[in-house]
Amino acid sequence: MMENGADKFTTHRKTGATVALWDVSFKVREGEIFVIIGLSGSGKSTIIRCFNKLVKPTSGHPICDGRKIDEMESRELIEFRRNTISMVFQHFGLFTHRSVIDNVTYGLEIRGMPKAEREERAMGLIRMVGLEGWERKSISNLSGGMKQRVGIARALANDPKVLLMDEPFSALDPLVRRDMQFELLSIQRKLGKTILFITHDINEAFKLGDTIAIMRDGKILQIDTPEGISTNPVDEYTRQFVEGADKAKVFSARNVMHAPACLIREWEDPTNAIREMRKGEFSSAYVVDGMMRLKGVLSIDGALKARGGRLPISDYIDRNPVTTREDVLLSDIMPLAAESRYPIAVIDEAGTLKGIVSKAAVIASLI
Amino acid sequence: MNEFINEYIRRFPSAWQLDAGDVIDNAVKAFSRDHQTGLRMIKGTVISSVSGIRWLLETIPWAVLILAVWALAWRQTKKWYVGAFYAAMMTFVGCCGFWKEMLETLSVVIAAVILCTALGFPLGVLLAMSDKANRVLRPILDTMQTMPSWVYLVPAVILFGVGTTPALLATTIYAIVPMVRLTSHGLLYVDAEMVEAARAFGSTRFQTLVKIQIPQAIPTIMTGVNQTIMMAMSMVVTCALIGAKGLGMEILVATNRVDMGKSLFPGVCIVIVAIILDRLTQAAVKRSEVIADG
Repeated sequence: MMENGADKFTTHRKTGATVALWDVSFKVREGEIFVIIGLSGSGKSTIIRCFNKLVKPTSGHPICDGRKIDEMESRELIEFRRNTISMVFQHFGLFTHRSVIDNVTYGLEIRGMPKAEREERAMGLIRMVGLEGWERKSISNLSGGMKQRVGIARALANDPKVLLMDEPFSALDPLVRRDMQFELLSIQRKLGKTILFITHDINEAFKLGDTIAIMRDGKILQIDTPEGISTNPVDEYTRQFVEGADKAKVFSARNVMHAPACLIREWEDPTNAIREMRKGEFSSAYVVDGMMRLKGVLSIDGALKARGGRLPISDYIDRNPVTTREDVLLSDIMPLAAESRYPIAVIDEAGTLKGIVSKAAVIASLI
Repeated sequence: MNEFINEYIRRFPSAWQLDAGDVIDNAVKAFSRDHQTGLRMIKGTVISSVSGIRWLLETIPWAVLILAVWALAWRQTKKWYVGAFYAAMMTFVGCCGFWKEMLETLSVVIAAVILCTALGFPLGVLLAMSDKANRVLRPILDTMQTMPSWVYLVPAVILFGVGTTPALLATTIYAIVPMVRLTSHGLLYVDAEMVEAARAFGSTRFQTLVKIQIPQAIPTIMTGVNQTIMMAMSMVVTCALIGAKGLGMEILVATNRVDMGKSLFPGVCIVIVAIILDRLTQAAVKRSEVIADG
């Protein structure tokens, strides 16, 4: 049916069969990180499982060193899995009834390596992933990032040629994810493994990949280097995918600003201003005129001094607050936000206050 | 015409009604005649092992048994007063004058549970591993579970006479089902990614079973043991009808005399024994969960 040009959804409706992959073909060079990227349901996890025959393709052959993986007999397949290829899972797939070191040694244990030898090798890997001192702990004591370190050490224990990584960092929070990406790169440079890496995060793909394949609905749309993909996307879908690469370059102030919580008219007296700020527990307030034009920022210190000296607040207004426009990109706002003492005011051409952008809002929008 | 309507329309036609009761009856009787030596051997084994267990329980001084329950409950719940409560309840059984009967009941229960575990665990593994076994065994298990337990009693009596042996047989048939089902359930519902990981690292099916699936399924399997114990307990009481001695017999005798007071005390004792067995094994389930989840 697919051969006659039907798409995956029509095929599913008419036959009940789900086409996970169709006409997928690619080569992975030895020692490279090959990243497959696509949204969920695009078939990435199915592809990677064809390489250790957790999934058997209905037609076509995944080939490693000239051997057709899908045609391996059970004994040969077990040897292949034990020696040549190993896998890291999205939700870690750790054996919760075993300690850290017993997880790492699992692959060696089942191929009959003596205990002392396998534990010695495992300790080296546990040190490499930075878990020294945790080897006798049970899995539930570990954080998400540490769990995936165990997953990686376990996968490296049988010294495979190829490492399959199925969205290994997707379940981790952003900061940990960044550390893990960095560490994966350094491990790869040190050991020179061939890595097949699945992700749905284009930034991760660009950071790690020597080659990137973009998938959609069971087909590969484009295979290229990161540079090639970002400069020459083959179609609208890949272009959009790549555009999402850095949100700071897509989002502008308009997307993250909110209404100023504390507003003061320039003619109000200091006592009023202080009461306003105390009410909302703000340390500063935006001062506007009758036309909502921004006049400046009044800090609580300024207001207190004004009241003490019985002066109007206008004498204590910071008249040069950091401002920006609605259509300025977040990547340009970030350095301003880092410098500014107050949230950044967003104004239009006439100087009218449209909203404010807090540091927290900028950071939150990027993760 | 009227006769035809009466015979074939208004009622279920009597000519179609089977009379298989006799056939089955005769078949079972013939079987019991033809395999006398085999049956007698089974009977001998059962009687000697049950009385072995009873001898063991009776040799242990009563105070030691009570203290053992206290210690076990204390260790498992980490609360000394829970153990003390169980010990007090057991003492109450002794005060009611049913200590010996309790041990008789317990010895059949223990023998049945050992038998159920020894047979039920491998059957559960088979059920989880093979689709074919699953298709064949599942309806049999359904039958065993839904068939009223009295139905087992008659063939058991025909084969083994009255007494401990048919009681043990009927109890085993009745109580083995949760052991089989929960074992297979536990094995099949091990986290899919964990099983995938085991396969991806090159485990054989046997290695995956022994090193990953069984250790992960232990809490569910222990729940199966717990359920088996509870069902065995209730069935052993019913088995008083075919001559099993113990607490059930006391109730049966008192009931036949319409003596409410006399039937109430052994009833309460059964509840006490059941509660103690349940709580102790539940605690074991909890502890195995902690081990399986790391």
